[in-house]
Amino acid sequence: MSASAIVMMIVAMLVVWGGLLLAVLNLRNHPDAEEPDADEVPHQL
Amino acid sequence: MSTKAAQPQREQWGSRLGFLMAAIGSAIGLGNIWRFPAVTYEHGGGAFLIPYLAALLTAGIPLLILEYTIGRKYRSSPPGALRKLAKPAEAIGWWQVAICFVVATYYAAILAWAVRYTGFSFDQAWGDDPEGFLNNDFLKLNETPGEVSTFVPGVAWPLVAVWVLTLVVLAFGVRRGIERANIVFIPLLVGFFLVLVVRALTLDGATEGLNALFTPDWGALSEGSVWVAAYGQIFFSLSVGFGIMITYASYLHRKSDLSGSAMVAAFANSSFEILAGVAVFATLGFMAQAAGVGVADVTSSGVGLAFVAFPQIISEMPMGALFGVLFFVSLVIAGLTSLISIVQVIVAAVQDRTGLARVPAVLGVGGAVALVSLLLFANDSGLYFLDTADHFINQYGIALAGLVLLITVSWGLRKLPALQRNADATSSVGLGRWWRICLGVITPVVLTWMMVDSLRHELDENYGGYSTDFLLWAGWGVAGGALLVGVVLALVFRRKPAADHPEPADRPDPVDPPERSS
Repeated sequence: MSASAIVMMIVAMLVVWGGLLLAVLNLRNHPDAEEPDADEVPHQL
Repeated sequence: MSTKAAQPQREQWGSRLGFLMAAIGSAIGLGNIWRFPAVTYEHGGGAFLIPYLAALLTAGIPLLILEYTIGRKYRSSPPGALRKLAKPAEAIGWWQVAICFVVATYYAAILAWAVRYTGFSFDQAWGDDPEGFLNNDFLKLNETPGEVSTFVPGVAWPLVAVWVLTLVVLAFGVRRGIERANIVFIPLLVGFFLVLVVRALTLDGATEGLNALFTPDWGALSEGSVWVAAYGQIFFSLSVGFGIMITYASYLHRKSDLSGSAMVAAFANSSFEILAGVAVFATLGFMAQAAGVGVADVTSSGVGLAFVAFPQIISEMPMGALFGVLFFVSLVIAGLTSLISIVQVIVAAVQDRTGLARVPAVLGVGGAVALVSLLLFANDSGLYFLDTADHFINQYGIALAGLVLLITVSWGLRKLPALQRNADATSSVGLGRWWRICLGVITPVVLTWMMVDSLRHELDENYGGYSTDFLLWAGWGVAGGALLVGVVLALVFRRKPAADHPEPADRPDPVDPPERSS
């Protein structure tokens, strides 16, 4: 593989998979406010 | 309201994870596997990442947030939700339902093929001519597009199986059916694909494939068509524009985080696309090396990639049967979770507007879609119908309905500020003015450009080389028919309030913060 291809592959993976990781962490740090359900207690992520 | 006690409570997701898995399952579909790699390769390779990310951030995520907000706020499928925005907008909702009907009929057929190809992988039934096998032995393709002379049982029985499975999942409901299915299927799909990636990367020639995929052609960034392709990929890949996310979000809790969830779903979808790109191009690299040609000579997409190129590769590689089974089962899973979401839009719309219970709605509506699917695609012209309907309903159904919805919401009704306040009230990532600019300006401009570009191509040459007569009824007729059905159904239901929500449209949402005096 050429150097430019390797760099772009790593950049693509870092940006997109890193973006997913950050998005998941953000959501975990912000649990939904409790809204009691009629029949079941909601689970959290 | 006195009638409220009599109203059945709307179904809800059991957990945030369940909603996310369902939303991701809907977004990840066949397009991630067989469209993204080729689109990337053809539009600048590694450089395509820049327009792709721009499209993700300025169109994909904002659109997802918009659909989540409309669904969560109005707690209804597209016709009911859009009616609450403005009565005439119900037509857009029914148009989206009609689009889902069309897409579901042919999408299921592709899954049926993948089911059969899972079996064919064991003994490589396609021999040394996968293309001839697909067209002649398996699909029994007629020489004249549109001419139907025989029923194809080899497609029909797996198609029935796909429909039975889809309708069973839907009959169990949002929480026990859709949510549970996705919580099982999505991790399974990712696991299968990781195995495929490892296998593909250990093949001779894999690095040549990755080299072809990721080598950047920076000159491509100055071409408008590359940017349009990036927006098109994001738009079609994320399952936005035809009401799925409005429907799924209508089962959210009132206090769900919308923008945070949209970011997870969008990045998860793109993450899978990158994974698929690596798997597909590493495999194509192997094929190119085995044939002694360049990767450019073996690159393909869509049906050609999955049902012609991959079978050929499976025959050539060591342990090809295992690779084939994993690949086609992955296609089935990716497609099934998307098909479930597409049919759910139709089922939910009928339930919401008629008050029909879930099981009769699933059997009645789902049964009708399944019947049409069987009649149209289990015959010797099925591939032609599929190819044409897919092209026209994507361009002049999904994309056009998305454009009309955006213009209606942002410019016609000027509802973006109100929807932004509603999303912000419960979301971890606040939406600024950028969100309104993305939805009110950037995305409509790019979608209009896509539309003009596409129309120009239709006028330059007949799509797929088909006759004008055939395209008029199987392409334009289908796309125009969906629009017509949308308008007619909106007129039929004009005076009928939604069965699920008889209250007036302007009833304040408890989530909405008070209006600012300015």
